[in-house]
Amino acid sequence: MDALLLSRIQFGFVITFHVLFPAFTIGLASWLAFLEWRWLRTHLLVWKELYFFWQKLFAVSFGMGVVSGIVMAFQIGANWPGLSQVAGSIIGPLLSYEVLTAFFLEASFLGVMMFGWGRISERLHFLSTCMVALGTLFSTFWILASNSWLHTPAGYEMVKGIIEPRDWTQVIFNPSFPYRLVHMTLASFITTCFVVGGVSAWYLHRGQHRDAALRMFKLAIAFAAITVPLQIIAGDLHGLNTLKHQPVKIAALEAHWHDDAAGEGMPLVLFALPDAAAERNRYEVAVPRLGSVVLTHSLEGRIEPLTAVPAADRPPVLPVFFAFRIMVGLGVAMLLLAWVSAFAWWRGKLLQWRWLIRAWRWMLPAGFIALVSGWFVTEIGRQPWVIHGVLRTADAVGGQSTAMTAFSLAVYVAGYAFVFGWGIWYLAKIVRHGPRPTTDGPDMDGGERTPARPLSGADEPIDGGA
Amino acid sequence: MDVSTWLPVAWFAIIGFGVLMYVVLDGFVLGIGVLAPFARDEAEVDLMMNTAAPIWDGNETWLVLGGAGLFAAFPKAYALLLSSLYLPVLLMVMALVFRGVAFEFRFKAQRSRRLWTVAFAAGSVLAAFAQGVMLGALVQGLPLAEGRAHPGAWAWFGPFPMLTGVAVVVGYALLGSTWIVLKTEGNTQQFARAFARPLAMAVLAFMGLVSAWLPSLQSRVMERWFADGAFWWLSPVPLLAVAAGIGLWQSIGARRSDLRPFLLALALFVLGFIGLVIGMWPYLVPPVYTIWEAAAPRSSQMFTLVGLVVLLPLILGYTVWSYRVFRGKVAAGQGYHH
Repeated sequence: MDALLLSRIQFGFVITFHVLFPAFTIGLASWLAFLEWRWLRTHLLVWKELYFFWQKLFAVSFGMGVVSGIVMAFQIGANWPGLSQVAGSIIGPLLSYEVLTAFFLEASFLGVMMFGWGRISERLHFLSTCMVALGTLFSTFWILASNSWLHTPAGYEMVKGIIEPRDWTQVIFNPSFPYRLVHMTLASFITTCFVVGGVSAWYLHRGQHRDAALRMFKLAIAFAAITVPLQIIAGDLHGLNTLKHQPVKIAALEAHWHDDAAGEGMPLVLFALPDAAAERNRYEVAVPRLGSVVLTHSLEGRIEPLTAVPAADRPPVLPVFFAFRIMVGLGVAMLLLAWVSAFAWWRGKLLQWRWLIRAWRWMLPAGFIALVSGWFVTEIGRQPWVIHGVLRTADAVGGQSTAMTAFSLAVYVAGYAFVFGWGIWYLAKIVRHGPRPTTDGPDMDGGERTPARPLSGADEPIDGGA
Repeated sequence: MDVSTWLPVAWFAIIGFGVLMYVVLDGFVLGIGVLAPFARDEAEVDLMMNTAAPIWDGNETWLVLGGAGLFAAFPKAYALLLSSLYLPVLLMVMALVFRGVAFEFRFKAQRSRRLWTVAFAAGSVLAAFAQGVMLGALVQGLPLAEGRAHPGAWAWFGPFPMLTGVAVVVGYALLGSTWIVLKTEGNTQQFARAFARPLAMAVLAFMGLVSAWLPSLQSRVMERWFADGAFWWLSPVPLLAVAAGIGLWQSIGARRSDLRPFLLALALFVLGFIGLVIGMWPYLVPPVYTIWEAAAPRSSQMFTLVGLVVLLPLILGYTVWSYRVFRGKVAAGQGYHH
């Protein structure tokens, strides 16, 4: 273990923990807008109860996202001064815009959405919810513009070792950005969708909140049945885009070491243990020609193998290979579950097929796992570059000793386990309590003088009985 | 004056303003945490925290804005500052996370309330101390090795950063105590008043000590102050600080106004900040980078400035508005939900 690897693990750990919360809130914000729209259209109490229930979960995960985001703002400078020096001129402004967007969002519509119920008209409140949903998408926009630029840098010039932006339109709309934005936004929506489906399946299993649970369950099924296939298409297009700009990453996730004989096409490796030292796969199970079909949409197409570049320019194959299979495997499982559930619904057997409900409960975290695996594929697959083709990760890391980096990593792991352990436990507690009849927003016994911060939105005690 | 001359100056002013906003706003909230261990019971901690509950995390956002602004406008300074102060940065960030989470969870806690009080107080003290250490290390001159950040984890360590670390803890405690005087009545207000006077004296002593130390530092930050005759036309700053100190001392004892001690404590912080900025100018990281040397390319600074000019007035307006909504005294058992 050297300081470079530990710094990478630390950054990966901190950002993985962080991304769980925003990914969930991005989908939740739109889900809240949908629930409130149903309430406005039908005035069925169940929609309002569901709205306030999910709003509490939104409040807590938004708060957790903000707290873990503070770490991110300092982590890049502390651990990656080389990256900050060379590319701060690009990443700095993009991240600043994200901070400004989030700050502005929190300063305005979020407060109204969380605490304005009953003080303004329902339509205006609905508008605030929609603006919050839009705001989370704007944040996604800036973060992914900055992240995509590291994968496919564009619109800049290198001047004395420092990157100077030349054309901000090209910087923001860099070649991989549209694909990544769509893929990530859909991933957030699907993550939330499977949480909604999982929670409602849990209520159905326990026979609680039946009406509300059944409505949510059907909505989750319908949404997943449409969105998961779209996500698979988006993922395929994103993969083809990566093939064009970062072919080595694709070779790594397919564990494709050598060129195949002319005219044979490329196989699709289903399982293997990639062996980087021997530059080959062990225990390989592969389908002939299928790799060519997936990646080049022809029977004989070829892609550049890993051995086409020197070993020093290849990413670690093993984690990329497996993370990719976890993501795709879960994607296929989600597709099957959504379609089978839709079929059962159509045949009127939705509640009779008990194993379906069990499957939805088990699949509650599927979106999170798939999303994080996808991040691992794209970020580990970018190695050894931090800015693809421009700056190596080894040149971006700071001079901290191995011991110091190990210490800070340990501090983050212990601190996060404590703080976010409580946070996740609290989220689970809110779910256990479930939607409450006829709530009118959070408990506001102090009237005008109560706090208006996101985390204050939930009013369950964090410990002890209800 | 051409763009590349004034643009970094504008950014320096913006980031300076952001940092000052952070120091005075989050300063008094951190000060509440510093004072929390001295409260008589958990109910008193409740009340003290209630005075800041509605606005505390808006205050904290100025820090993120300052960090992101520094990254965008002065990436070299951002990289050097954060990587050479690795340990204090880690301490500050984790302390702020604990403080922030404790703030919210404490109000939702029943059995574990004491645990969250401890996390709140310890987080506040450590965050304040780490900020003071970072300030001291910056003013003293960041540890360098061959023009880059020194790799040693303790290279920044020295008596001066330790002094400024303690000074900032005491200074925030003063801000916190005068804030509580302003926002409460009765026993809690008396408790805060009793603390405010010795704290004011300690802060003045620390300001004197730091000022006396500055000329002997390697980073030559105080050269401007003592360059031919400059001290005379800069002398209003220390004179005003002394006047604010005396006024603060009297106003705490006089009990005529609950607002005046807080305003005078703020004035002390602002004057101290101005004094330091005058000494550092035109260096952002003395004596390594001037603001022009550390500046990002013009197009980066310009691009970010546009968004800031549009949104900063809105953010300021919101800050003023939220303080207006929650103005006045907070009584026990009121405000936060339990």
